[in-house]
Amino acid sequence: MARLARTNKRRIFHADGAWAYGFIAVALLVYAMFTAYPVVSAFFISFQEYKPLGSVYVGLDNYKNTFGESLFWKSIRNTIVYTALTVPISLLISFAIAILILPFKKRLQTAFKAIYYLPAVASGVAMSVVWLWIYDPLPSGLMNRLLDVFGIPNQNWLGSSATSMFSLVLMAWLSSHGTSIIIYLAALLGIDNSYYEAADLDGASFFQKLWHIVLPFLKPTTLFLLVTGVIGSFQVFQNAYLMTGGGPDNATTMVGLLIFNNAFKYFEYGEAAAQSLVLALIIAIVSYFQFRFLGKDVEY
Amino acid sequence: MALYKQHSGGRPAARVARNSAIAVVLLVFAAATLFPIYFMLISSFGDPIEAGAASYRLWPGKFTFASYKFFFDFSPHSYRWLLNSIIVAGSVMVTNVVFASLAGYAFSKIRFAGRNVLFSLLLSAMMIPYQVTQVPLYILIVNVFHIENTYSALILPGLVTVYNIFLAKQFMSSIPNEIIESAKVEGCSQFQIFTKVIAPLSKTVLAVMAILTFMDSWNTFFWPFLVTNSMDMQTIQVGLKNFRFANTTYFSPMMAGAAISAIPMFILFFSLQRYFLEGVTVGAVKG
Repeated sequence: MARLARTNKRRIFHADGAWAYGFIAVALLVYAMFTAYPVVSAFFISFQEYKPLGSVYVGLDNYKNTFGESLFWKSIRNTIVYTALTVPISLLISFAIAILILPFKKRLQTAFKAIYYLPAVASGVAMSVVWLWIYDPLPSGLMNRLLDVFGIPNQNWLGSSATSMFSLVLMAWLSSHGTSIIIYLAALLGIDNSYYEAADLDGASFFQKLWHIVLPFLKPTTLFLLVTGVIGSFQVFQNAYLMTGGGPDNATTMVGLLIFNNAFKYFEYGEAAAQSLVLALIIAIVSYFQFRFLGKDVEY
Repeated sequence: MALYKQHSGGRPAARVARNSAIAVVLLVFAAATLFPIYFMLISSFGDPIEAGAASYRLWPGKFTFASYKFFFDFSPHSYRWLLNSIIVAGSVMVTNVVFASLAGYAFSKIRFAGRNVLFSLLLSAMMIPYQVTQVPLYILIVNVFHIENTYSALILPGLVTVYNIFLAKQFMSSIPNEIIESAKVEGCSQFQIFTKVIAPLSKTVLAVMAILTFMDSWNTFFWPFLVTNSMDMQTIQVGLKNFRFANTTYFSPMMAGAAISAIPMFILFFSLQRYFLEGVTVGAVKG
C-alpha cells in the first residue's frame, strides 16, 4: 500500500517535472540564445580583431589598447562624475519629497505620485528633444532667459565643455525621481505607528524621529535605490548620444557611449567587447563595495 | 502619533499652515518636473516654421495642427512608425505575460530537478550590463540569422525578460499551496491549474507586467535603432530621432513629433494609473 502510494507520488512528481520544464522552456531558450550565448561570445570577441570573413585572434591587444587610451580613462572619469552628481542628489530629492508627501490624504498622495512619475512615462527620445530646445544657446532660449532673470549671462549649455555635463545632470535631477519617490513613500508607509508613538512619549522632535526612526528603517530601501541607481548610471548612453553626441571635446562621452561608438561607428567589435567586460567588472566591484560598507546591518 | 505632529490639541490652524507650506514646496517641484512636458505640448501647436527669431512662448498662443502634419509629411512611412511600435510593443507584451507567468509559476510552485540552479542562472543575467551583450547580439541577429530589419529582429530578444519572470515568481510564491493541492485532488493537470487557478489569482500582477512591458518596449530606442535600416521598419522613437537630425531648426514640428511619441503613453498612464504606480513598487519591495 505504502509502496504503491510512493510510486504514485513519484509519478505525479515526474509528471509535474515534465510540465515545469515545458513551462520554462521558452524562457530558457530565450535566455540561452539572447543572454548566455552573447555573454560567452563577448569574451571570445574581446580577444579578437573582428573581420567579416573570419576574425583574427589578437590575445590581450584589445585590453591593452583600452587601458592605453586616454579617451577610455576620460570616459570613466565622466561616468563617475555624472554618477556622483546625479544618483545621490536624486535620492536626496526623492527622500525629501516622499517625506513631504507623507502628511497628506491618500488621494492627494496618489496625485503627487502620478505627477512626479509622469516624465518617466514619456520616451527618452521625446524628452531629449524637448530639453534640447530648453537648452537653446540663443538668448531667447528658456534656460538663458531664466539665467537672465538672475543677471547671469548667456550660456552655451550643451555646446560648451564647461556646461555640457552639468546640463545633462540638471536634466536627470528634474526627470528621474518619480520611481524612487514612489518606492520611498511605500517604505515610509510601512513604518509602524507604534515607533512614533513611543518617540512621542519621550518627547522626540520631528527631526529626532526622522533621524532615529525613519532613516534606519529606510536604509534597505536607500541601499536598493543606490545600487540600482549606480548600476543604471554607469550604463548611461542615450541622453549623451542624442543631445551632445559625447561632445564637445568628449566632455560628455560616458563609457556607454564610448563602447557604442567603438562598436557601431568604427566597427571595432573586439575593443568594444573588451571595454564592455571591463565596465561589467567595474559595476560588479562598485556594487560589491556598496553592499559591503552600507549593507552591514541591513537584513534581507 | 505619526512622524508629523497631529496638532489635535485644539490647534488645527497650525496644521493647516504647515500642510499649506508643504503643499507649496511640492507644487513648485511638481511644476519644475512637469514643465518640459507642458512646454512640449503647447509648443507643438505652433506654426511649422524654422526657429531662429521665433521666440518660445510659455503660454499657449496659437493653436494649429500644422506642425503635426509637417512631422507626418517628413517621411512616407511616418504613420508606419506608429504601427510598427504598436506591433512590436504589443507582441512583446503578450509573449512576456504568457511566458513569464508560466515560468514564474514553475519556479515558484512546482518542484523539479535543477530549479534553484536554473533560477539563479536566470537572475545572474540581471547583473550583466547591456553593453556586454549588445555587440554579440547584433552579430547574431545580423550576421548569423540574417534577420535585420524585420519584426523578428525587433521582437525576439525581448520575447520574455528575466525581470518579468522574477516579478511573476515573487507574486505567485504568495499563493497558498493548499489551493494548488486541492485543484490537483480535483484532477487538474498542471496546465489546468495554471489557467484556472494561478492565472486568475495573478491578474493584477499580470496587468502590471503587461503595461510596464508595453511602455518599455514603446519607449525603447537603442535596439530598434541598431537593427533597422529602412524607414518603413523603424519604430516611432527611431523615426523621431531621424526627424530631429534631419530638421534641426524646426522647433514646433520637433515638439509635435515628441508629443506624438509620448502622448499614447500618457493616455495609457492616465487610464491605468493604478497599475503603473503599483508596478513601481511591486518589483522593488521584497515580496
